[in-house]
Amino acid sequence: MIEVSALTKRYGALTVLDGIDFSVRSGEIAAVVGPSGAGKSTLARCINLLEKPTSGEIRVNGQDLTKLSRGELRGARRAIGTVFQSAGLLARLTAAENVALPLRFLKIPHDERVQRVRELLDRVDMLHRANHYPAQLSGGQQQRIGLARGLALRPAVLLADEPTSGLDPDTTASILRLLAELRDELGVAVVLITHEMDVVRSVADSVARLDHGRIVEYGRVAEIVRGSDSELSRALLPNPPSAENRSGTDVWQLRYARADVDPAWLTSVARELHVDIAILSGLIETVGGATAGRVIVRIEGGVPSRLREAFAARGIDARPGAEFDLADTASPAAPDAGPELVGKAA
Amino acid sequence: MIALATATPWSQVSTLLLPALGQTAAMVGIVMSIVVALGLPLGVLIFNTSPRGLAPHLTVHASVSWIANLGRSLPFLVLMATVIPFSQLVVGTTIGIKAAIIPMSLAGIPFFARLVENAIREIPRARLDVGIAAGAGKLQVIRKIQLTEALPGIVAGLALNVIAMIEYSAIAGAIGAGGLGYLAVNYGYEQFDGHIMISCIVVLVAIVQIVQFTGDRLVRSLSH
Repeated sequence: MIEVSALTKRYGALTVLDGIDFSVRSGEIAAVVGPSGAGKSTLARCINLLEKPTSGEIRVNGQDLTKLSRGELRGARRAIGTVFQSAGLLARLTAAENVALPLRFLKIPHDERVQRVRELLDRVDMLHRANHYPAQLSGGQQQRIGLARGLALRPAVLLADEPTSGLDPDTTASILRLLAELRDELGVAVVLITHEMDVVRSVADSVARLDHGRIVEYGRVAEIVRGSDSELSRALLPNPPSAENRSGTDVWQLRYARADVDPAWLTSVARELHVDIAILSGLIETVGGATAGRVIVRIEGGVPSRLREAFAARGIDARPGAEFDLADTASPAAPDAGPELVGKAA
Repeated sequence: MIALATATPWSQVSTLLLPALGQTAAMVGIVMSIVVALGLPLGVLIFNTSPRGLAPHLTVHASVSWIANLGRSLPFLVLMATVIPFSQLVVGTTIGIKAAIIPMSLAGIPFFARLVENAIREIPRARLDVGIAAGAGKLQVIRKIQLTEALPGIVAGLALNVIAMIEYSAIAGAIGAGGLGYLAVNYGYEQFDGHIMISCIVVLVAIVQIVQFTGDRLVRSLSH
């Protein structure tokens, strides 16, 4: 596991990271999200020790890496595998040679190295491309090789820095499936730096939102999506755009607030209160193993007084739409949406 | 018409041309060995003391950079004249091939160092970081990542450098260094020997084309 505490990084007078605290257990994927310039890349470079933190601790399996001497650091770096943005494969080496590189640096004997490279390539399903050069591989295949290389030294922590940036949705999904598989089968602690909320929703166990060098929100993905109506929650599960006008007292915004919402909640409420409920837009998905969702509805023919209570009884948090100006800033359709946070605008 | 009247007969041009070609080849060959032996480490040093390098060091970087720029800022003719006392000191003569090697190397080393530095700088940051993140030592990173990835760029720079040295060797003809440039100036220009002039030009053009072509082919086969 990896524990980051009070991590601060300053360049002169500029504070890029300001007291970062978070930890990732073995077999867990923690995502770090945030807009460009929030400090994501610097955090990544501090975690894999390419940059020395100004203060604070980075503990991997209990050992504080920031206190090590330069010589010890070389060894300690091997406990953290890094998957770089757009793979960072060496262009003049084949896929197999790229995966073998960390083993060569460690002077692992030839036979053992060949054996290990085979295992790793098999692991990421790329054995058939072992002798291809990066330029002959697709973006997704390159990233698979990058993952295999990151795992070469059996690290306790895998740092994935924007591993799906520039990949198409299908390829992104296959890389994320692989990442989840590695988490489950190898039990590595994965730190996933990303700006894509879809990625967080589909694979992360916990999520931290970084802004101006500070973690402003942090928690289990499932809990953040259900338990609050914070900025991160809305970014993770945005209200899809609806065709009709959302303002007015008869328009309500609903959010799954519990993990055990009965799928028939809508008809159940409609029957109890004898109202017709029109669905304007909705997004319901499995997040962190349970259903989560946001739905915008219009109540036809007058809003019953017990509406909020009726929804609440079924685990749905309900609020009149007029109060929800903020929600629009989190919607992908809004032109002034923070593109990094929403992830789809770009 | 004097020019034609005194021209060396075509049948005898080769007796002058071939030794001159040999001298040029020897001069460029010796100079390039020195240039690679000293320019390559210098280029690696300039890159790695820069902020992006393995051991950033402002003072070392600035001074080495400054010296490299100094060597490149003087026109070759001026450089050659400037280092005459130095040539005397090192090789004991101020004329001939031996004397030409000093200013040619002094011009070539910083040129090649810059080409090497540029070739390494072209490598995307993530690729340079791969080694460090995997716990490689500095020498491992330089050899296995920086120089390996930069090799096509370095070879392209080498071709460029060889061509520049062929040009300088012709200028060095002025201090009696021999070679094709000397031949062209002394027979072709001074004695209005049109045949020698034309032959020298044809051979020089051919050599430069061959060097560039070979360089390009090599770069292509090295890049994947």
